[in-house]
Amino acid sequence: MAEFTLRLRRYDPGSGRAPYWDQHTVELEPHRSVLEAILQVKDRVDGSIGIRCSCMAAICGSCGVRINGQPGLACHTHLDRALACARDGVIEVEAMGNMPIIKDLIVDMEKVHWKKIRRVTPWLLPEGVVPEREHLVDRDAMVDVTQSMACIQCGACVSDCLTMEVDPLFIGPAALAKVYRFVGDPRDARERERLVDLAEDPHGMYSCTHCFKCIDACPKGVAPMSQIMRLRRRATSDWHIDDANNGRRHEEAFVTLVRDYGLLHEAELLPRSYGGNSWLGKFHPAAGKVLLESLPVVTKAILRGKVGIRQAMFGHKLPAQSLDQVQRIFDRVEGRPQRVEQNLYVSGEDDDGAARAADRAGRIEKAVTAQRSVVR
Amino acid sequence: MKVAYWPGCVSRGFTPELHGSMEQVAPLLDIELIPLDRASCCGAGVIAEHNQELADTLNARTFALAQQTDGELMMNICSTCQGAQSECQQRLDASAEYRATINETLADEGLTYQGGITNKNFLWLLVEELGLDELRSRVRRPLTDLRVGPFYGCYIVRPVDRLEIDALTPRDTYLSRVIEALGGTVVEYAGMHKCCGFPIITTSQEASLRQAGTHMADARVAHADCVVTPCPLCHLNLDLQQPLAERVVGREIGMPILHLPQLVGLALGLEPKELGLGRHVVKPTAVIDWTTSVVGSVAAR
Repeated sequence: MAEFTLRLRRYDPGSGRAPYWDQHTVELEPHRSVLEAILQVKDRVDGSIGIRCSCMAAICGSCGVRINGQPGLACHTHLDRALACARDGVIEVEAMGNMPIIKDLIVDMEKVHWKKIRRVTPWLLPEGVVPEREHLVDRDAMVDVTQSMACIQCGACVSDCLTMEVDPLFIGPAALAKVYRFVGDPRDARERERLVDLAEDPHGMYSCTHCFKCIDACPKGVAPMSQIMRLRRRATSDWHIDDANNGRRHEEAFVTLVRDYGLLHEAELLPRSYGGNSWLGKFHPAAGKVLLESLPVVTKAILRGKVGIRQAMFGHKLPAQSLDQVQRIFDRVEGRPQRVEQNLYVSGEDDDGAARAADRAGRIEKAVTAQRSVVR
Repeated sequence: MKVAYWPGCVSRGFTPELHGSMEQVAPLLDIELIPLDRASCCGAGVIAEHNQELADTLNARTFALAQQTDGELMMNICSTCQGAQSECQQRLDASAEYRATINETLADEGLTYQGGITNKNFLWLLVEELGLDELRSRVRRPLTDLRVGPFYGCYIVRPVDRLEIDALTPRDTYLSRVIEALGGTVVEYAGMHKCCGFPIITTSQEASLRQAGTHMADARVAHADCVVTPCPLCHLNLDLQQPLAERVVGREIGMPILHLPQLVGLALGLEPKELGLGRHVVKPTAVIDWTTSVVGSVAAR
């Protein structure tokens, strides 16, 4: 048994009282969970603490909270691990972000998370005659969606989504990962409609800011951001969906410019993202508008010598021989009949990779133990 | 220390002062840069989004070029390059079979990526290779009383597993440690590990600028004199776009944004002009004034 101190953020919106921190000490085995510690306090000291939980085995997704500022499941976080990440030797637990608080550690999933999940038609939409028994699918075809199927709807990724923080209408990582679960399912007949819907939504798949927050937040390894990138890949490369949000144009312009120059020609990227993927893109009205808006900033940048006129006009380019090499790589890879994708969630790592990871984990464990004895 | 040096695209394009200041700072730290001038854009995540194998092959080519040099390791000066390249490297190093597929393409060009390259951002190199004590010993003009807010950029702090951010290498604290080693005062604020918004500047402009504006306003409220970042793409949204971000969040910010080598360079005794500080859109007046005042006080001592 060891002693652990918890600092819980308490808040009851109905009480009229401002949120406050509440500190309690528990005695438990270090491998017990943060949830067990909270429940012990609730049982023995203060029954009014609000926490939602059910399975206590990281399956039901009920006990999503922030522990030391990081979102995750209270039942899935060992006390010793939580202590190792604590700023001052006290484990801090608070409600998840981006959702309104009902009480203490319980957030209103209905108002944000479930609303967004329902928005994406989260069920299979097959076409044709319904088979008498089950729908038979090639095994390999389903491997692709296993990662997105691992989601337990805990809301940890929603909690820390940085786009949602500035744009509450953003559809969000959980719902978009859910979409991939159906877009990637060979039985679903509405792949294109689903992709068009989310490509055209101004708060849809192209609003993801690529911050990796959801990847770190997810307790089940779903990597929602990677699923969003796969949605984009299908929308642009497979269905050629020309969206109003510049999603496809931006990607195409970026890839074309790197192919043509070997390096990114930044000055061309902005107008092409708005006006279309060619040198003429800048003369498109949509590009004209944004260029006009940026004119004061660009002028300032040129006057300060930040960007030379030559640089802005012609960009920078790799030497001819290297550029040829790069272009041959483009041709060879893009010429493949099928894209090659390496998903480590499915394939795992070679033995030596796994051994390296185990070795590092051992060294971290040692470092954490050493740190803990210093804290004491 | 000899390093295979990958400056990236933006540090030679829209933020030329970054590459310029790195070149000035390197000799002062006894870092010999072997430029990878035949390497291509890392893809910044966008090429991987378009075609994963293409991004992996282009970056494997860069790694192979780096392995051909006699540099001890590869060094970059861009958080986004670090993140995008680490992502490709993770896939390449995880499977010998996959690496062989990629190397088949590279073989046509006479190149092979042997796996296991060490690729570190200048920030990581400062702490893990050079060492903070060594850095401290080289400071000529300590950043006394200069209040500096760190801004990391997403790609260099997440995902923590891939980037090996843990008790052994707490890389999400390195900027603060470097600022301290240079004699400055660290100003922590809410947005320092968040997103600058740059990746969505063309697809969700308002959300993008709101992110930049909010974080810089936070830094302003925390009384930072300037913000330092190891990422030139963050610099574009935080500095170049700051006037537009101010409009979106509805307040004046005027927060100077420094590239990491610029901040290091100041402490190593270089002049603001040599480091290209005058090239920023938000003039780092506070920093330049501070430089003269400290120089004055040092001279007076």
